[in-house]
Amino acid sequence: MNILVDIRGLKKYFPIRGGVFGRPVGMVKAVDGVSLAVERGQWLGLVGESGCGKTTLAKTVVRLWKPTSGHIYFDVPDAVKAEIEASEASGNNSGKLASLLKENDLGTFSGARVRLFRRRAQLVHQDPFTSLDPRMKLKNIVAEPLTIHKVLSGDAQETAVKELLGTVGLSAGQLERYPHQFSGGQRQRIAIARALATKPEFIAFDEPTSALDVSVQAQILNLLKDLKKDFGLTYLYITHELLIAESVCDYIAVMYLGKVVEMGRPEEVFHTPRHPYSQSLVSATPVPDPKRRVGRIVLPGEVPSPANPPPGCAFHPRCSRASEQCREFGPELKLVGDDHYVACFHPL
Amino acid sequence: MQQDLIRIRDLSVRFYTYEGVVHAIDDLDLDIRQGETLGIVGETGSGKTMTALAILRLIPYPGKIESGSIVFFDRDGGGELDLLKLSEDKMRSIRGNKISMVFQEPGAALNPVYTIGDQISEVYLLHRRQELGHRAKQRVDSLLSDGSGFASALRRPFWRWQSRLYDKIAQDSHSVEPRFLSHVPLFRRLLRRLRDEAKLLTVDMLKNVEIPDPARVAAQYPHQISGGMKQRAVIAMALACSPELLIADEPTTSLDVTIQAQMLELFRRIKADRGASVVFVTHNLGVASEVCDRLTVMYAGRLCEVASVEDMFLHPSHPYTKALLDAVPIPGKELQTIPGALADALNPPPGCRFHPRCPSAMPMCQRERPKLKEIGKDHMVACYLF
Repeated sequence: MNILVDIRGLKKYFPIRGGVFGRPVGMVKAVDGVSLAVERGQWLGLVGESGCGKTTLAKTVVRLWKPTSGHIYFDVPDAVKAEIEASEASGNNSGKLASLLKENDLGTFSGARVRLFRRRAQLVHQDPFTSLDPRMKLKNIVAEPLTIHKVLSGDAQETAVKELLGTVGLSAGQLERYPHQFSGGQRQRIAIARALATKPEFIAFDEPTSALDVSVQAQILNLLKDLKKDFGLTYLYITHELLIAESVCDYIAVMYLGKVVEMGRPEEVFHTPRHPYSQSLVSATPVPDPKRRVGRIVLPGEVPSPANPPPGCAFHPRCSRASEQCREFGPELKLVGDDHYVACFHPL
Repeated sequence: MQQDLIRIRDLSVRFYTYEGVVHAIDDLDLDIRQGETLGIVGETGSGKTMTALAILRLIPYPGKIESGSIVFFDRDGGGELDLLKLSEDKMRSIRGNKISMVFQEPGAALNPVYTIGDQISEVYLLHRRQELGHRAKQRVDSLLSDGSGFASALRRPFWRWQSRLYDKIAQDSHSVEPRFLSHVPLFRRLLRRLRDEAKLLTVDMLKNVEIPDPARVAAQYPHQISGGMKQRAVIAMALACSPELLIADEPTTSLDVTIQAQMLELFRRIKADRGASVVFVTHNLGVASEVCDRLTVMYAGRLCEVASVEDMFLHPSHPYTKALLDAVPIPGKELQTIPGALADALNPPPGCRFHPRCPSAMPMCQRERPKLKEIGKDHMVACYLF
């Protein structure tokens, strides 16, 4: 096992400011203690409803945001991680710990170090209609990462841009065009080309197909598959559509209100879900097959606010299996099968 | 055989833009039957929303309904009406009353400066004035008969006046005296009970769409409630007058899966309770297969295929329908893509508009447009393969 991205106990809180002096009066716990490991070459799917912290997690992992606490290790050897853990546990020699974290923990990086890291990790945003600058030409959009990271310039840059456009299936004749002259699918291709420009190892996708039509969505998914194979990429793929997650991802993490509630291989998570939330998510997903209409579990209520999550297990107010225990204590992720983890006191 | 509720014939909608004329809908024939849920599926720009808007004559500028007829068979009185020939006044009495619509984005469909209750009451105040007058009169009459003591003796003359006014409204919603008074400050307070009655009906309606604590929600503004609640409120508004046809334009697109499941359940219950027809516009084939009885597939402003849900998913016939179904990610199956891009709306290809992307295109497809042909029971396809 070669772990590329290792997220440990990651938390990202956003302060709610109020009062005359704008002091924080509360915290939105967008990501509240997530531990995830993405193996090299894996296509990790992150599913959940809106407001569960998927996007925040992705943006924190590529360091668009600084985590509140927790560690993110990007391509750090296991020995170093173990060393950090050991010195954290022992509590002394904090000087050495600080220097180790400064070297290895993404969460502590700043300035040039982050820039250097972003060459290797990129993000593709959700909506291709807002993620491209309407006043930049296609060639400038795709070339921008190359300029910023001082990878290539001049003629070499232009050749690289043309090559990138070829990889994502756009023609070089469109170099002088502006984003509004492209369709949604083409724009998402541009965004993907831009992400590929610095030859990253890791790309996070934030619902790249949710703004696209079904037929275009299939084209983009096939493109992602090919790119992953050709360049040996590692993906963190955020989606709320379970059918997509199930058909393309190698590993699935289900999130609810800032926490991962279930992790496992797609066939296990979707066919034998162990967490009541994943189960209802699976059964609520409409499948294009009129014979499978029956047996839907309709969850009562809505996702609570992450600013004021319910105590104990965050899912208990909507859960049919909730007990006293769930109201008081939050369950931890437990191994329940082959690489299958569930955070529930009463798994199915 | 169910009876038709709406019969659309040769409907054409065009948009006159600076770049040229867009044929948003091109000679469309479609029947909507009584008590059925008809799904309209298609990709962006296929004309599915325009079809829905055309039924209500709400095509936005610079679009125009060019030709055709939309005949509405009104169950309770009214008889046959060609919606495209009605006066704007008459059309307004049908919109929201006999035919109503749920729009795509609940956040954008609600007015942010009025409370939910106000916005739903408006429907009653507009279309159910007589009923409200009747209810208000009963309430005033009960006050007249029950009231005793000094305070009530003082108010009695006003109550009598109110009773007379509400009676007039109950007889004729356009009667002159109440209408005149409604424009006179102070005196218009005599009519405030209409609004109170509308509020009561609104709360009932909100309860009907399973909103918890309806009285509180009615007093809230749209930004104070969640997306799912807003969509329920919009559905309540559309159902307020028990319409014969409910048009839902992508009602679940902006909602989460679990909330979407709640909505689909609600739609199914509403249909069973009220026996109304529903037109369900969606691009999500999964949702369509869940709620619809019959499906139509549209491509570039034209119908490709009309069939029952079972037929459509088990025996898709039109190459576009097949391609669309294959493009839905199904675990364990290789994803199929449709080659090429959606037909250019300004310069659509001649003949069958799908032929440049069609795997089984023939020379004939480039020349002439295929007609809808019946290939099975209730199964129509517009393709030369059949």
